[in-house]
Amino acid sequence: MMKRIGLLTSDTKMMTVSIWREEENDGRFEDYEVPARENQTVLDVVAYVQQHIDPTLSYRFACRVGMCGSCAMMVNGAPRWTCRTHVSKVVTDERLEVGPLRNLPVIKDLATDMDPFFEKWVAAEAVFHPSATRDDPMAAITPDDPMRIAASEAIECINCAVCYAACDVVENNPDYFGPAALNRAWSLVNDSRDAGQDARLAAVGSNGGCHNCHSQQGCVQYCPNELNPTLSIAGLKRETTKAMFRWSR
Amino acid sequence: MIRPHRSHPLWVAFLLHRISGLGLALFLPVHFYMLSLAITAPERLDGLLRFTDLTIVKVAEFGLVFLLAVHLFGGLRLMALEFLPWSPHQKTMASMAVALAFMVSTSFFLKAI
Repeated sequence: MMKRIGLLTSDTKMMTVSIWREEENDGRFEDYEVPARENQTVLDVVAYVQQHIDPTLSYRFACRVGMCGSCAMMVNGAPRWTCRTHVSKVVTDERLEVGPLRNLPVIKDLATDMDPFFEKWVAAEAVFHPSATRDDPMAAITPDDPMRIAASEAIECINCAVCYAACDVVENNPDYFGPAALNRAWSLVNDSRDAGQDARLAAVGSNGGCHNCHSQQGCVQYCPNELNPTLSIAGLKRETTKAMFRWSR
Repeated sequence: MIRPHRSHPLWVAFLLHRISGLGLALFLPVHFYMLSLAITAPERLDGLLRFTDLTIVKVAEFGLVFLLAVHLFGGLRLMALEFLPWSPHQKTMASMAVALAFMVSTSFFLKAI
């Protein structure tokens, strides 16, 4: 008779996963034995550990289909959206290591504090400033408007902070707004309805702004939605440079 | 070892640009000092110029020319990235910068030996 452990049978192939465990700034990787299923995501593995081995494991997820941007973690040292990252695609030398996102403070285990990430969105003026009220007619923006096209390229961000974790400038400069905030600012620079462009260009041209970017393009490499924050940041660099000549007159 | 999140060609291009920049920053003061010897101590300059005839020094000069060229072409790549309309061929441009630098420095070396 086969011995059953949870969903396992005695002939289930197993694999080892190292998961970062941290509480009150005391952290280390711990190994867990999990089933090596043919089709499973990194989030499935983390959920298995929490549901069947150690219920105290903390991690963050919501939609499980790549919409919400909650479940990003470091997988074998690279930032990934874990719900849509298949274990078989990222496992190297039979090794799977899951840690909290880089460049953000850890709350517990795999859950990071996202506050600094979102505070920088506000600091970069990556917020909409309306130029009309609800009583005004809808702004007419055609799909072939060049600004609309430029904005469209940047708007599919799910706020997962993968780019923020991939960025070495974020790691070395605590003031740097990071790729996501600047990418959002760029989509708003291309929003003809926005009334806060001068404040935005001043913000993205400030100490924490776009000119810190070294164009390493880790954000482009790892963005799960295949956005291009480096393109957006290059756009901001051009616009702030033009504004410098405008404002100095 | 390069950490996993950095293991992509454009990060390596960044590293090469930084290393070549630092290398040139260290080299230039020595270079200018040597040039100044033409005015202050011509005999010492002649001695040093004879020293540059050694093959090992030629090999080192090949390295220097490579650093200079890769920094030049890499810098042009970055300025194009920032001030021209975006090109989807970023990795191609980075590899072209290295290829051109190699071509320039090898041509120099073949002419020098």
